[in-house]
Amino acid sequence: MTTSTSAAAGISQSTLTHLQRLEAEAIHIMREVVANAENPVMLYSVGKDSACMLHLAKKAFYPAPPPFPLLHVDTTWKFRAMYDLRDKAARDAGMELLVYQNPEAKEKGINPFDHGSLHTDMWKTEGLKQALTKYNFDVAFGGARRDEEKSRAKERVFSFRSANHRWDPKNQRPELWKLYNTRKAKGESIRVFPLSNWTELDIWQYIHLEGIEIVPLYFSEPRPTVERNGLLLMVDDERFPLAPGETPVMRSIRFRTLGCYPLTGAVESEAKTLPEVIQEMLLTTTSERQGRAIDHDQSASMEKKKQEGYF
Amino acid sequence: MSATQDSVYVTDALIAEDIDAYLLKHQHKTMLRFITCGSVDDGKSTLIGRLLYDTKMIFEDQLASLEKDSKSVGTQGGDIDFALLVDGLAAEREQGITIDVAYRFFATDKRKFIVADTPGHEQYTRNMVTGASTADLAVILIDARQGVLTQTRRHSYLVQLLGIRNVVLAINKMDLVGYSQERFYEIVKDYSHFAQQIGMESFLPIPISGLKGENIAMKSAAMPWYQGPTLLQHLEEAPVNDTRMQDYAFRMAVQWVNRPNLDFRGFAGQIGAGVVRPGDAIRVLPSGKTTTVKSIVSYDGDLDQAIAGQSVTLTFADEIDCSRGDVIVQADEPCEVADQFEATLVWMDEAAMLPGRPYLLKIGTQTVTATVTEPKYEVNVNTLEHLASKTLGLNAIGVVNISVDRAIPFESYAVNPDLGGFILIDRMTNATVAAGMIHFALRRSQNIHWQAVDVNRDAHASLKNQKAAVVWFTGLSGSGKSTIANLVEKKLHALGKHTFLLDGDNVRHGLNRDLGFTDADRVENIRRVGEVARLMTDAGLIVLTAFISPFRSERRMVRELMAEGEFLEVFVNTPLEVAESRDVKGLYKKARSGQLKNFTGIDSPYEAPEAAEITVNTVDLTAEEAAEQIVQAILAR
Repeated sequence: MTTSTSAAAGISQSTLTHLQRLEAEAIHIMREVVANAENPVMLYSVGKDSACMLHLAKKAFYPAPPPFPLLHVDTTWKFRAMYDLRDKAARDAGMELLVYQNPEAKEKGINPFDHGSLHTDMWKTEGLKQALTKYNFDVAFGGARRDEEKSRAKERVFSFRSANHRWDPKNQRPELWKLYNTRKAKGESIRVFPLSNWTELDIWQYIHLEGIEIVPLYFSEPRPTVERNGLLLMVDDERFPLAPGETPVMRSIRFRTLGCYPLTGAVESEAKTLPEVIQEMLLTTTSERQGRAIDHDQSASMEKKKQEGYF
Repeated sequence: MSATQDSVYVTDALIAEDIDAYLLKHQHKTMLRFITCGSVDDGKSTLIGRLLYDTKMIFEDQLASLEKDSKSVGTQGGDIDFALLVDGLAAEREQGITIDVAYRFFATDKRKFIVADTPGHEQYTRNMVTGASTADLAVILIDARQGVLTQTRRHSYLVQLLGIRNVVLAINKMDLVGYSQERFYEIVKDYSHFAQQIGMESFLPIPISGLKGENIAMKSAAMPWYQGPTLLQHLEEAPVNDTRMQDYAFRMAVQWVNRPNLDFRGFAGQIGAGVVRPGDAIRVLPSGKTTTVKSIVSYDGDLDQAIAGQSVTLTFADEIDCSRGDVIVQADEPCEVADQFEATLVWMDEAAMLPGRPYLLKIGTQTVTATVTEPKYEVNVNTLEHLASKTLGLNAIGVVNISVDRAIPFESYAVNPDLGGFILIDRMTNATVAAGMIHFALRRSQNIHWQAVDVNRDAHASLKNQKAAVVWFTGLSGSGKSTIANLVEKKLHALGKHTFLLDGDNVRHGLNRDLGFTDADRVENIRRVGEVARLMTDAGLIVLTAFISPFRSERRMVRELMAEGEFLEVFVNTPLEVAESRDVKGLYKKARSGQLKNFTGIDSPYEAPEAAEITVNTVDLTAEEAAEQIVQAILAR
C-alpha cells in the first residue's frame, strides 16, 4: 500500500485496508454473477458510482475484458458531458454499449419540465423494465449503495425481481457469508449491487486512488444557471424553458450527483480537483441526495419506487 | 451532557487544513464489520443511532427531519429518538420493530465500520444468523434493569455458533439504574456463568447509555468507576477476521476460469486463508493434482504475494485440470475431501426440513446435491437443552448428518468458515432454506467404497434380452395405479419379459413398516423404494412401482438415481372426485371424517407431474386400454 497508488497492488501490511476489503468483495460478487448468469448486463448511468463499478469490472476479469455489455437506460435529458464520457468509457473498456430509450416516452415527448414524476416513471422505471425484457437479461449489475437511503440499507446484494420486475422487501432470501444463492425461476431476474457496502466517501477515495475518469461536471467551473424551486439548475441546452426576460447566470458550480439535467441541483463551489471535492464533501452538512428532486416526493418514496421496479 | 469534552469526536481539522494529508491518512484505514443484538427493548436502534450521531454521520437535513419525526412518532417525549434514524422499512416504522437485517456505515479516523442491525424477536433468528455470518465482532446489549434474559442467552449462543470470537457485552440504560457499579458487576457475574456454559472464551463488558451517550464515544463522567475503553475505542482496536486467517495454510475456492485466449488460463477466486506467492507448490482438490503458482495476475501488474481476503487471479506452471468449485490449497497441507459430514443446521424456511429429500448445497464456489438425516438432536436455544426431533422447523437449530453426491474439499467451520459454512437451497422454490456449519467428516464416508463387479448391469439385462427400466406409476389413492400396473406386468410377463412389481401397500408391510404418513416419512418411503428399484434395474429387470408418491422432488430424486432413459414416469390421471367416488378401500370416507390424517388430496398435497413420459386418463380409458398403451410405450424404447 505504501509503495503503490493502487488499492490492490503491493500489500506491505498484514491487515487489508477498508478499500482493499471492499474492492475484493465487489470483485468476488461480479465473478459469482459471471459464473452463474446466463445473460448478465451492467447498468451504466455514467455517474461516479457507475465509473467505480466499471473500473472494478475491468479488474475482476483482467486480462479479459468484462464479459458482459453495458446498458444505458437513457432519458435523452442527461447532461451533454455525460453522453461524451459514456461512449468513451465503453470504448476504453472494450465493451459493447447498449443504449435504450423508451419509445413510448419518446413518442409522447415526455420531459421533466411538463410531466413531473411521470418523466422518471416512463423514461427510467419503464425504460429499464423494457430494456431488460427486450434483451432477455437475467442479471443486471447496479451501482446502488446501502448508505444512500433507508430502504436501500436492507436490500440484499443479490436482489430478486419477479417476472414483472417487482421487489418484495418482505420476501428476501437470507444472504450468509459470501454464499450468494443465484438460482431463479424462469422469467425472474436478479439485480446485483457490488457496491452495497461502499459509502460516498469510499467511492470518492477509490476514484482518487485509482485515477478513475469521471464526468467533468463533478468539478467546479463557471456554468450557466437558473434557480427553480430552491434548486440551482444548469442550462445545458436550448430545450431549457426560460421565463420571459430570464437569462441564465454564470455561477461557479459543480454537481454532487448526476441525473437528468433539469432535475439535478448544483452546488456553488470552488472545488476544481478531486481532493478539493472530497474536502468539500467532508465539510458539508447536508446529505448527498438532497440535490435530487425525486426523493422528496413523499415519505418512503424510494421504497415505493423500488417495489415498482426503479433501480 | 455529563461527558468530558476532550474526547468528543469532531470533524478532523486536517480536512480543512491539508486534504491531501488527510486522504493519505485515511487510505490506511481498516474495516470492522460487527453485529448488534439484544432483546426487543434493549435499545439497539438507539445505540446505532447514537454511534452515527457521535461520529458525525448525520447531516443537517437528516437531523432536521429526525427532530421533526421525533416529535410526531418518537418515543422519547419529543427529545431526539435516535432509533428513528435506523428503522428503515415503512412497515417497520409503523410497527416500531426491526424486521430485517439493515446495514449501517460509519467511520472514525482509524476505521470504517459496517454494522448489521438485526432483529431481537425469536421469529427472526434467521435474520440474526445472517447478520452474524459476516461479522468480525458482536455487541450484545443488555438492559441494566432487566439483566440477562432468555433472548440474551439465545443471541449469545448464536454468536458463539457463528464463531464470532470478539464479544462486547454492552450493559445499556445505566442511566436508569443510577449508574450503579454494583448492578453492573452483578450482571457481569451472571453473564460470565452463562458464557462459560456455552464455551465463550472471553467477552468485554462495558457500562453504557445509548440515549445519553455515556461510554459510547466519550468516557462517562457519571461512571468514574469504569476504567476500560469506551465502546468506540474498543471497536477501533479489535482485531479483524481476515488478518487472523492469514496464519493458516493457503486455501482458495475457484470461482471462475479466465480464458480470454489460447495463451492465457487464469483461476479467479477470493483467498479464504493463508498467503500465496509465485513459485508456491499447490494442489487442486478434489483431484489432488499438483503444480506451482506461476504468477498472480492483476490489472495493476503481477503481484509478489496475495493474502487472505484478496480477490486474485492465479496462473499455474503446468496445464492441470482446475475448474469452478475446485479448491486450490497449499500442496503439503491440503484440506480434507469427503462426502458425508456432521453439521449444525439453522433452518430458515417456512417449510420444515424433510430428511431424505434432496436439497442443493452451496459451499465455497461449489453446488452439489445433498440429503439430510433426521436430526440427531434439536437445540433449545433458550435453555441449551438437546431435544429429540424428527425435523427442523423455521428458526430451529439442530445437528444432522449430511451426505452429498460427490466428494468435496472442506474444512471444519470452526477452523475456516470459508470452506465450512454452507447454505441449503430448495430445488423447487429456489429459496435458501438453511445455513449450515460443518463439524467434521463422518469416517464411514472415507471407508465405504464402491465394489466393482465383473457381471455388470448391461450383462444382466442383455442375458434377459431386454432393457432395464423403472416404470413409476404416480397418482391419487384410488386412481387405479395398482390395478393398471398389475395388468402391465401380466402383459410383459406374457411377452417373456423379466419384471417385478413393487406395490406401495406391500412395501409398507415389510421394508417400510417403520414409516408413517407425515411428509418426512413419505419422503423416506420413496427414497427407499427408489434405491430398491435401482438395485433391481442393476439386475436387468423391468421394475414397476405403484406409489402415490405425491411430491415432485422425490420423484425427481428417483429419476436422477437411474441412467438416462431408464425412468418412465406414468401419471395415472384420475380427478379427485372420481377417485373419491370409487373409494375402493374406504379411505376417503375415513379421511373426510377426520379419522385418517395426512391423506393425499384431502389434507396433504398431491403435486402432479409436469412432464411425465406417459399420462393415462382413467376416466375415458378402461384399465385394460391404459395398460396396453403403457406396454407399447415400454417396448418402443
